[in-house]
Amino acid sequence: MKKIFSLTVIATLTLGLWGCKKDSDFLNVQPTTFLTNDQVFSDPNLALSVLADLYNRQLDFTSLDNGWTSFTDFSESFPSENSDFGRSVVQRTGWGYSTWGIDWTGSYTYIREINLFLQRDSASTGLSADDKNRFYAEARFLRANFYFEIVKRMGGVPLALEPLLYDYKGDPSSLQIPRSKESDIYDFVISEAEAIKNSLPADAGEKSRASKGAALAMEARAALYAASIAKYGATTPAVSLPGGEVGIDAGKASNYYTIALRAAQEIISGSAGAYKLYTAPAGASASALSDNFANLFLDKGSAETIFFEDFKIGGKTHGFTTNDQPYSLSDEGGDAGRLDPSLNLVEAFEKLDNTYAPIETTDGSGKQVFYNGIQDIFAGRDARLAGTVLLPGGTFKGGTVDIWAGYQLADGSILTSDESGHLKPLPGTSTDVQVVGEDGPVNGLELRTQSGFYIRKYLDPTVGSGRRGQGSTVAFIRYRYAEVLLNAAEAAFELGDKTTAATYINQVRARAGLTTALTADQITFDRIVHERRVELCFEGHILYDMKRWRLAHKVWDGVPVTVSDLKSNIGAATKHSTQPWGLWPYKVYNPGNATNGKWVFKETLPALVTGTNRFLFGNYYSQIGNDVIAANPKIIKQPNQ
Amino acid sequence: MKKLFQYIPLLILSASVFSCKKDNYSPPGSYLTGHLVYNGDTIQLERNQVPFQIYQYGFGKTGSIDGTFAQDGSYSEVLFDGTYKVIIPIGQGPFLSNVTSSGTPDTVEVSLKGSQTVDIKVTPYYMIRNAQISASGGNANATFKVEKIVTDANAKDIERVSLYINKTQFASGGDNIAKTDMAGGDITDPNNISLSVAIPTLTPSQSYIYGRVGVKIANVEDMIFSPLIKISL
Repeated sequence: MKKIFSLTVIATLTLGLWGCKKDSDFLNVQPTTFLTNDQVFSDPNLALSVLADLYNRQLDFTSLDNGWTSFTDFSESFPSENSDFGRSVVQRTGWGYSTWGIDWTGSYTYIREINLFLQRDSASTGLSADDKNRFYAEARFLRANFYFEIVKRMGGVPLALEPLLYDYKGDPSSLQIPRSKESDIYDFVISEAEAIKNSLPADAGEKSRASKGAALAMEARAALYAASIAKYGATTPAVSLPGGEVGIDAGKASNYYTIALRAAQEIISGSAGAYKLYTAPAGASASALSDNFANLFLDKGSAETIFFEDFKIGGKTHGFTTNDQPYSLSDEGGDAGRLDPSLNLVEAFEKLDNTYAPIETTDGSGKQVFYNGIQDIFAGRDARLAGTVLLPGGTFKGGTVDIWAGYQLADGSILTSDESGHLKPLPGTSTDVQVVGEDGPVNGLELRTQSGFYIRKYLDPTVGSGRRGQGSTVAFIRYRYAEVLLNAAEAAFELGDKTTAATYINQVRARAGLTTALTADQITFDRIVHERRVELCFEGHILYDMKRWRLAHKVWDGVPVTVSDLKSNIGAATKHSTQPWGLWPYKVYNPGNATNGKWVFKETLPALVTGTNRFLFGNYYSQIGNDVIAANPKIIKQPNQ
Repeated sequence: MKKLFQYIPLLILSASVFSCKKDNYSPPGSYLTGHLVYNGDTIQLERNQVPFQIYQYGFGKTGSIDGTFAQDGSYSEVLFDGTYKVIIPIGQGPFLSNVTSSGTPDTVEVSLKGSQTVDIKVTPYYMIRNAQISASGGNANATFKVEKIVTDANAKDIERVSLYINKTQFASGGDNIAKTDMAGGDITDPNNISLSVAIPTLTPSQSYIYGRVGVKIANVEDMIFSPLIKISL
């Protein structure tokens, strides 16, 4: 007892001696589960990893990590998947007003976090001045690029440039920012690009982080968008708001075009780094030119790429190749073929003599044209056709895709099957032979092509890239030099300088094998619209381009497309395209006749296509949710909604 | 244990007897219906293209009950009794938007107590009068008159007039088996316009089709139509 007592005394004493002294220290232990702002912003690697998270949360309209679905629609492709999504794309009659909107809360959370990053980075004392400035400029680039993405969808939005803090006093009105004018957001993007461009590296090798080239490319594109909204918005007065939240005054157009041309020319002059087009060696064959165009998206060292979203095995990969690889050459049984480019798009690729011509299935008198080879019908066209679209008879990963819809018999009737690669005897014989391609097309048979084409752009030939478990590491290019050239060409054209426009547009065309230069007089608005469509298809441009030119309600007018519509007015900016058509090859079986074994082609509307795309005035700017307007009554509604 | 089992049916019984009464609201039962009218004539539209919004007072800021007008300009919504306001968003429909002095859409107020019919008065840019469509020689031939209603500073030109025919009762730009257009500039006499379109082969065959003529007004998205006409072949 005595012993315990004395021990207690000693213990109490010890606690009394040391415990009191250490109390503050004892309670003030550094947590091991998170890092403080001071810690993060004194170590360049930690600060960079915060920035990496901000990079990763950028928003793209189409993106490889949004999945294949973001590339479909607009009648540029047919979705070969028997899901609610696949059906809705081709069976609905238009788009809801909230389509293409933003996740308002998530977007402003992201903007707030960029604003916090900027605040903390500028307050940091532990980072070197170089790191600090570069990080600061990069975060400003991300913020400007993000506002640019939002303004394309929503028009003017509240411009928050400080992290907003609520004081918990019951009055949130100081946080309720009204919508800026649409032109103010574009002005913000342009001025930010100008302000940061010299703090960013002028290095063409820097592709996954912001560079001077990326800032200027963003500036050129943003100014071009603002200019065309100002100019062509005048044709749709119904799509505007009196306060300028939607719509830009027509008088501002030429100023914006001038900015776009200047920013693009700053890149073209080489002052932002040695960017150039990704070209094949001189004298390359047509197929080598096509391969070159496809490789542009696969080669991460390409000097054409200005800014991309990169992917890496062990880090982040995507399933684009898994979802869209040819069925017969799939790495992953039962996962393939979803994104099938439409004939509408294929028809748009012009002939090498710069003329537009329909894919010749029938001759002038309406008779079928017979071809010896399955690819002969596509011969003599823009090399970007075979570089973007995997045509029947095209190769991938060393194999040949097997796309043909059946036999055309002597009497013109068709022998085919409802199962791809199916065997049946031909008339007059008893041996089973294959009567339809392994890759289709068969109506309603998902995961094989139903349009007669597969996608080639972004399709990764690396071994294992089509497996679900591995995925593909092909990068998604956000800004590339060819688009800068086309932006410069469009701006120069709109400013009346057709000679300069021709110089820029011809560079892009020459790379695709169209070596006969267009003369200045041949540069028209329709030419520019056409060139952007074929060069930049499936890169997330078509919707925004059609919106800024105010062509969307004409191109997607809700009127069903007929075969004669498909074959006429090719290259016209207002040519309507509301349903994705296909081109189905048939093998001729007519023993003893000269046509036996040859190929014929038929324009075919996939049977699942029952709807038409109709773009309404209310679709030009996506709806702002009622919850957002309820929380901030200063936000006014979009026009026509 | 056995006792417990005896209680279970009792519980279920009491649950089914009482809960239904207490838990559930009766469904909305009052119909709000009506037409878009101009001087007593209904305005004919393309189906599901012209929206309206109904707001109810006293339910916070949760947004509107949305609907669209039918082809014959009618609307119908099942609601609870209460006070509502009905608006048509600005820029929608082939008629002048009813706008208040502050620039917001003008409101039709409705106190709903049981089913009620409320017509919405609008001023269309044009009206189609005396439309007649008949079939002869494999063609559908239409004659009609276009009356310009809005003639002041808000007046708009005719972009085109169109004749649509279809196998079903829906005839418009999105639903047709054949159509023909005439540009606004080609109209010589608005009081006497005729359009003609070849009737395609019908599979399966039927002895009648439906047709409508419509006017597309420049810079206005929605077309205005004539009443639907059944054409015997």
